[in-house]
Amino acid sequence: MTAEGANNGRVPAGPTPAHTAPAHTAPPPRALPGGGEHRRHTLVAIVLDKPGVLNRVASLMRARNFNIDSLAVSHTDQPDVSRMTITLHGDDVAVEQATKQLYRLIDVLKVQDVTADPTVEHELALVKVRATDSNRAEILKIVELARGRVVDVSAESVIAEVTGVESEVDQFVALVRPFGIKELVRTGTVVMARGAQSIEEAIRR
Amino acid sequence: MTMTKGGTAKPPSPDANAPTDATTTAAPRRTHVPGDGTAHAQAVEQARKAMLHEVRARKRTRIGADVVCEALIRQGVDVFFGYPGGVILPLYDVLGDYPELRHVLVRHEQGGAHAADGYARVTGRVGVCMGTSGPGATNLVTGIGTALLDSVPMVAITGNVPDVLIGKDAFQEIDINGITLPMTKHNYLVRNADDLPRVFAEAFHIARTGRPGPVHIDITKDALQQETRAEHPTDEEVMAGLPGFRPNMDGHPRQLKLAAAEIARAKRPMILAGHGVLHAEAWDELKAFAERTQIPVAHTLLGVGVIDETHPLSYGYMGMHGWKHVNRAIQSADLLFAVGMRFDDRVTGNVRTYAPYARIVHVDIDPAEIGKNVAVEVPIVGDARRVLQAMLRLVDQVDPADRIEYFDQLAEWRRESEGSSWHGSGAWRDGLLSADFVVQRIGELSEHRGTYVADVGQNQMWLARYTGFREPNSHVSSGGLGTMGFSVPAAMGAALGRPDRVTWAITGDGGFQMTFQELMTLVQDRIPVKIAVFDNKKLGMIRQWQEIIYAGNYHSAHLLGPDYLKLADAFGIPAVKASTPDEVDDAIRFAQGVDGPALVWFEIAEEQNIFPMMPAGKGLSDLIEKWGGAEE
Repeated sequence: MTAEGANNGRVPAGPTPAHTAPAHTAPPPRALPGGGEHRRHTLVAIVLDKPGVLNRVASLMRARNFNIDSLAVSHTDQPDVSRMTITLHGDDVAVEQATKQLYRLIDVLKVQDVTADPTVEHELALVKVRATDSNRAEILKIVELARGRVVDVSAESVIAEVTGVESEVDQFVALVRPFGIKELVRTGTVVMARGAQSIEEAIRR
Repeated sequence: MTMTKGGTAKPPSPDANAPTDATTTAAPRRTHVPGDGTAHAQAVEQARKAMLHEVRARKRTRIGADVVCEALIRQGVDVFFGYPGGVILPLYDVLGDYPELRHVLVRHEQGGAHAADGYARVTGRVGVCMGTSGPGATNLVTGIGTALLDSVPMVAITGNVPDVLIGKDAFQEIDINGITLPMTKHNYLVRNADDLPRVFAEAFHIARTGRPGPVHIDITKDALQQETRAEHPTDEEVMAGLPGFRPNMDGHPRQLKLAAAEIARAKRPMILAGHGVLHAEAWDELKAFAERTQIPVAHTLLGVGVIDETHPLSYGYMGMHGWKHVNRAIQSADLLFAVGMRFDDRVTGNVRTYAPYARIVHVDIDPAEIGKNVAVEVPIVGDARRVLQAMLRLVDQVDPADRIEYFDQLAEWRRESEGSSWHGSGAWRDGLLSADFVVQRIGELSEHRGTYVADVGQNQMWLARYTGFREPNSHVSSGGLGTMGFSVPAAMGAALGRPDRVTWAITGDGGFQMTFQELMTLVQDRIPVKIAVFDNKKLGMIRQWQEIIYAGNYHSAHLLGPDYLKLADAFGIPAVKASTPDEVDDAIRFAQGVDGPALVWFEIAEEQNIFPMMPAGKGLSDLIEKWGGAEE
């Protein structure tokens, strides 16, 4: 939704210009919704924990042509209420359209785009890296520098656990890739607003 | 749906008492029957047997099927449309005990869904249709989709296989819940009779509240058969159970004031009214608002009937096949006050060139519709009626004299455009019968007081343009999904919903051949639908596009039809044929004089096009008004 009174760059606001013979002037083309710059958005959706709710959200995003980058679902402290963190790329108007479409789902209680809000954002990754006696120490050093920890060691591999924002995890993965990644799993981003405010409290029944 | 004996049922293995924990026993004896010998497998077998051999032990304690009937009665359902089948039979078993409920046995579930749709559109109430599992359910899907795209309140009920068979690819099992999920407002799978009262109350509430839409309830056979004492919830309990469903009915006061300021400034404003005005029953408020602000009203295809077309401020039908004068007015307007419409691509054409001088106020109950297709200056989320009531208090009475130049211009455009592509003599080229003339005569001879149900294609556009609509909810048309075959079954529901009006189904020969099996339903249930078959021996709109957009490369546009008089006769329906302009009036009068269903076979010109026409992807200013140098 555009801000109230915005003119979308077409017709000057303020006093209405005379339009008695509009066909003789060439107006600028009408702005299309969703034509803006793409950036990564993070949405938090509070939903009723009912069978199929994940399917409803995923199906809606597919049907409406929104491409989900990551989706993390979990319980909350309230019984029957789940929380989803969805990251996706799109322009602001398109993502707002996604949130409004999500609101149409009966089981969705609240959707908030927290992209511009101060948040704590984390993703956890487990990376199984090929390791040998000669390079294990080097791998452990990288894990340490990335503030990760080693959770499993075998003769031929190391499982490292790292957390951080998406780009930090990306960076770590890039650093250990030369050693050979045997397996990689990432949880997808979860976020929480900084400070005392609570997205969940607003819908507490 | 008939039922045939499925696979062979193997009796449970004799060592049923053997340990069942897979990790502690030896390998299972057979891998294709999961958990063979377990309690679960026994339950599956029992359910399978129960499904194949109907258990007739009828206990008249209250079962799930009774709850369904009670719920329908509580919701004010008087008629519904269905088709029986294996797993929904428990419901049919008790239906006879509820004489308040009239069940119309349709000939195809799609017809049942369209009938429920037609009933809902003319009454504003929730239409109900029903089918069995598997093919019964999938046949409903087109009708459910039609209702979704046009926001029609509907509850579709299907049976499903017993709970333990779900996911086992049982006979007539399909994941109908997964199929209807993206094409309903909400859907349910009920596995326990105790849930039925709540689910039905919620379903009707959701279907009719806010932006209406279809809700699908899938019920397992055992839930229909279980005994239950569950009570029907109160409205408050229903609301409390749906914390995520709180449609915003009243527009934000600040936005309303902004809209009023836009109106006060505008010199060339237009109201664009859509289906939402009819859903909200806001036609009186719309008229009062238009009169107070002296703003002409244009309407969408589904908005036909929002205002009496003879009202001085009614300007007409907009969009792809709308009136040229209306599209012209939109293209030169400085303010569009859009209410209950969604700037569909058939309305805007190319958005880049749409209404280039206009600021837009958009009123809709669904926030997702605002800013979806066009960017707007003043968004107002709310119910059309409540918003218009509030707006009436914020706007000043405008003196029509202040708009004299504007109105003169509009009137001139209108004279120009209404004169073209109109065949008042009834004759198109070579004296062949013209379709626009026929729909106009149907409108006039029914005194514009009927219900007119369109099919899809050229007939739909002729009907919307030339019938002459006076009353709200007198026009029924599949606008969003564009479902061919819609008219006859939808007219069936419309006639039952509004028996006080004559009901005309206007259909092309293509659409008619898709669903004419419902003729027998009309006869069996004595539903007095008058059917006008517009026979041009073509898929007319396909032919028109192939002529104009595909360089005359006609493929599959020509279709044979039966002798419609013999066809009607075989069904026991009185029928008459009209092939020339002078036969039209008598044919219409004949049909309207029949006490019951009747059919008129109009042999219309084969190559008549519907103009103007906005080619797909083009803008409202790029209308094609004639083709090939010939006068249309």
